[in-house]
Amino acid sequence: MTAVAGRPAPGLRRRAAALLHRRPLLRLSLLLSAPLAWLVVAYLGALGAIFLTAFWTTDTFTGEIVREFTAVNFQTLWDEPVYRTIALRSLGVAVAVTAIDMAIGLPMAFYMAKVARPRHRPMLVSAILAPLWAAYLVKAYAWRVMLAEGGPVDQALEPFGLSGPGYGLTATVLVLSYLWLPYMILPVYAGLERLPGALLDASGDLGARPLRTFRTVVLPLVYPSLVAGSIFTFSLSLGDYITVKIVGGRSQLIGNVVYDNVGAANNLPFAAAVATVPVVVMLGYLAAARRTGALREL
Amino acid sequence: MWSTRMALATTAALAIGLAAGCGGDGDSADKAKGAGQGGFSVPKIPVRQSLGAGEGQVNLVAWAGYAEDGSNDKTVDWVHPFEKQTGCKVNTKVAGTSDEMLTLMKTGEYDAVSASGDASLRLIASGTVAPVNTSLVPNYADIFPGLKLKPWNSVNGVAYGIPHGRGANLLMWRTDKVTTAPDSWGAVFDANSPYKGKITAYDSPIYIADAALYLKTARPELGIKDPYALDQKQFDAAVALLKTQQGLVGEYWSEYTKEVQAFKSGNSVLGTTWQVIANLSKAEKAPVEVTLPKEGSTGWSDTWMVAAKAKHPDCAYKWMDWIVSPKANAQVAEYFGEAPANAKACGMTADKKFCETFHATDETYFSKVHFWTTPIAQCLDGRTDVKCVDYSKWTQAWTTIKG
Repeated sequence: MTAVAGRPAPGLRRRAAALLHRRPLLRLSLLLSAPLAWLVVAYLGALGAIFLTAFWTTDTFTGEIVREFTAVNFQTLWDEPVYRTIALRSLGVAVAVTAIDMAIGLPMAFYMAKVARPRHRPMLVSAILAPLWAAYLVKAYAWRVMLAEGGPVDQALEPFGLSGPGYGLTATVLVLSYLWLPYMILPVYAGLERLPGALLDASGDLGARPLRTFRTVVLPLVYPSLVAGSIFTFSLSLGDYITVKIVGGRSQLIGNVVYDNVGAANNLPFAAAVATVPVVVMLGYLAAARRTGALREL
Repeated sequence: MWSTRMALATTAALAIGLAAGCGGDGDSADKAKGAGQGGFSVPKIPVRQSLGAGEGQVNLVAWAGYAEDGSNDKTVDWVHPFEKQTGCKVNTKVAGTSDEMLTLMKTGEYDAVSASGDASLRLIASGTVAPVNTSLVPNYADIFPGLKLKPWNSVNGVAYGIPHGRGANLLMWRTDKVTTAPDSWGAVFDANSPYKGKITAYDSPIYIADAALYLKTARPELGIKDPYALDQKQFDAAVALLKTQQGLVGEYWSEYTKEVQAFKSGNSVLGTTWQVIANLSKAEKAPVEVTLPKEGSTGWSDTWMVAAKAKHPDCAYKWMDWIVSPKANAQVAEYFGEAPANAKACGMTADKKFCETFHATDETYFSKVHFWTTPIAQCLDGRTDVKCVDYSKWTQAWTTIKG
């Protein structure tokens, strides 16, 4: 006791440190408060703001927002069949893009993880990542030129008596599949890498043919990774409006309706109401994905 | 919901009627929303009394081809001489539609805008733009009287901008693909068109007026007088026509470079355009021609307006004076393909017959061009027995049309 009393009074820093040492809960909350505040304000706050704005309206003449609570935007969204058509079309595009990316991404990831030599793998991963370094708009416009009438795609198909899809929904699905493919390959590759090669050998030794090995061993183990990849391709496709503007011809997706209402019609509240549709769809998708354990693969 | 919106639009309409009726009053209405008095309140925004030396830069929202600095065509440049003379660096944001202009101006980041008639009143009513002191714009004196203090650029005799020029939306086609030169808007609305999938249309609700203008002559029994004043029946007919057209359209355009590229590659062969797009397409060696169809056309009469919260108001005023100065106004009018606003510009054009070709002084010609204006519930053509369809419904119908 006397030895302690003999020491000089502890400074503020030391006292704070001691306090934090004694109170682990305080320590934890101080540590987490900044990132948590960021999450709450920037992410959930923005979502909340969208949802709140959706219940306002716009004075169509002056463009000023009328802050009176009304569900009229959702009413319009529900009553007007065109919005249902557009929502379903967007959903269809997102599903098609996801399916195509799965079909292409899975074999590619399998080759990268299991067939290619280990020292080639980093190179293959960089090759997959390389397109991500080019700007999105550049890639979309490049596709516009390629798909133009008499463009490279038409020329390549000409010897077979075919022609390119032209601008439209097919072109949109094609370009989106191209754009989001790396987001599918990477999680699947990561999942396959963790799959022990011995399992494949064991399956073969027990007499399973490759297809059966794939169906009963590889697919169940890599399934959560596939779902994780599909979350990327699905959500990115669902919100896209630029690609469809560039190569989509006259088609419009949910993103275009939001964009037109923000950028052209200046009807922010209605745009917010429309924007809740993909949010709801994605929440449903994520809830389903959670059950597969895919969220642990992200 | 529609009833409240309609009420708002109706009061706005009443106020415009008042504004047009008691021009010369000189006193802009105070910001008050008396329902009986009409609700189109013009926010009180002070007029600039004198100009300073300039702030070193100015941010413009403009139509494509309105602020050319030689980057598209080396010989087309009236921005650099302005920068040299005034020391105001020009930053231009090109907008594709009037609605986009409105949205951009509301961000408060821009000092001046080249607003068409379907945006100008909305800009005034929302207090986004300030009245203009025309005595600070010396070249205003030479502007055609037919453009001054019009319902779309003034309120109660107070000028809200400097007229820039006027012109018509044209019909463009590929001469190698479209064999007989079209002379009617019917070419883009024909359900059995041989150019199905290669027709293009302007991606804005205001394009509904183009359909209405065609119906005005094609279906006289509808009794359309003004394509911006459509009652429900007339509006439905126009929307139905556009829904048929949707099946023919390859793509809708709002960005001018997209239309140039589409006509160049042949993805579009027929559709509505501006003269400037035709010029750019021809410069890229696309075989295109344009015409003003026999039904007349929709068109625009543009006004340079200065933002109420402009950060560079002096440079904005200098720009407004510059763009209507005889030389620059002649250049921009000739490049964009529109009638200039400055009477003296006609003597400065490279093509000496330019003003004649574009009917710069011909008020009877412009009576056939229906200038863009914002549709409101009170019919602009003077009918009082019916209610017209307002712009918010035009916007929603446009989404439905595109499907």
